[in-house]
Amino acid sequence: MDFVSRLLAREVLAGARLLRWIDDGLPEARETLKRLYPHAGRAMILGITGNPGSGKSTLTDQLIRRFRARGKTVAVVAVDPSSPFSGGAILGDRIRMQDHALDEGVFIRSFATRGHLGGLTNTTTDVVHALDAMGWEVVLIETVGVGQDEVEVQRLAHTTLVLMTPGMGDEIQAIKAGILEIADVFVVNKADREGADRTVRELEHMLDLGRGVRPTLAELMHHGGKVALAAAEEERVAPEAWVPRIVKTVAFRGEGIDGLMEAIDAHRAEYLRASQEPDFQRARLRQEFLEIYRRTLIARGWSYLMSEDHLGRIVDKMRTRVRDPYSLADEAVADLGARPPAPG
Amino acid sequence: MAEQRKLRILVAKPGLDGHDRGAKVVARSLRDAGMEVIYTGLHQTPEMIVSTAIQEDVDAVGLSIMSGAHNVLMPAVVEGLRAKGAGEIAVFGGGIIPDDDVAPLKAKGVREIFTPGTSTEHIVTWVQENIRPR
Repeated sequence: MDFVSRLLAREVLAGARLLRWIDDGLPEARETLKRLYPHAGRAMILGITGNPGSGKSTLTDQLIRRFRARGKTVAVVAVDPSSPFSGGAILGDRIRMQDHALDEGVFIRSFATRGHLGGLTNTTTDVVHALDAMGWEVVLIETVGVGQDEVEVQRLAHTTLVLMTPGMGDEIQAIKAGILEIADVFVVNKADREGADRTVRELEHMLDLGRGVRPTLAELMHHGGKVALAAAEEERVAPEAWVPRIVKTVAFRGEGIDGLMEAIDAHRAEYLRASQEPDFQRARLRQEFLEIYRRTLIARGWSYLMSEDHLGRIVDKMRTRVRDPYSLADEAVADLGARPPAPG
Repeated sequence: MAEQRKLRILVAKPGLDGHDRGAKVVARSLRDAGMEVIYTGLHQTPEMIVSTAIQEDVDAVGLSIMSGAHNVLMPAVVEGLRAKGAGEIAVFGGGIIPDDDVAPLKAKGVREIFTPGTSTEHIVTWVQENIRPR
């Protein structure tokens, strides 16, 4: 059986290999992704984000349980930070998901950020496409513990859960600009602790204030040029009619998970309804393309510079200030564009 | 994308002993040497370790065993990986392992054994010299 057929048969050995190629940026990955793409688009993609220690892994464990009880196969993408000093990482999210280690309907893969900011890795999009194409029915993406700016997951996930814990009432004010805006469902976890109801009230208040402040794509594009394209890549494409819900849970005891599943289902229904609209579809596809296009440009640009000593020769020309870096960059891009794409 | 290969190592504690300080120290040392270390906590069965090693596509599995059950558990992981078609994942181990047990374990496919008193530097160097990204 060829490699893609093994992937489509959801063979774990092959799938795990492909994710490594993707993570390590090997040329085989891209060729395989091209062939897998027609098979993707069926999975339900759920993002789980929140502060360090808010209970993301424990909640993920509970969600795996619930989706398995519904007969769904579940893949988990768990992201932990790489050390900025050594480049190494300790990936420990699986510790809280041990009960599923022998369940063939569950696939868990840990990733290190490898210097990528935003809460995911540079290739999480590709990883999710691959898992989706392989036929995993639910893909759970657990981000690194985030602060305010790590909002990337909402672009990839159909439904985004933002976890909070009680006792951060005042801080909610401070982080409203960041992860508060990406939540489809707020999960106030560890809700047996003092201050849970206050956190819920703070969130309700913020939601009342924040309704409708998001710029539309039309507004973003109005500014023109590459800034608008970057903004379009970051645009939040979400069902307009949806009002974020707030759910209280105590994940490690499994409390409140029924209510959370209800909220997830309700958002899912709304998402699927919105997905029928051509504008919504186009916005999601545009976003997907822009992200892959940006990575392709950077990768091709870099590999051009590193090949045939292009970079060395460019720098030599700059040494006497006879040539300026602006013209040299233009020439490099023109030369690059005239070449066939390198594999990968 | 630019190629960026990293060693991925699973550090696992099979069996019943309830103390993982040694495993955590080794995990940290491997991380500090630039590797990605998957750590799964206590009380793993060989089946769980095999399944995790395959899903995580690791290059090697490091087993820490203090309970005296190494002669059973270490070969069980080696055989489990082979049975699932992942025999190229190297297995090494450490813990309280008598010198007399080292040769028989290696004969059963365990690549290296680190006996009590081995420095973490020695373990890191061994991994760097003997394990390659697959």
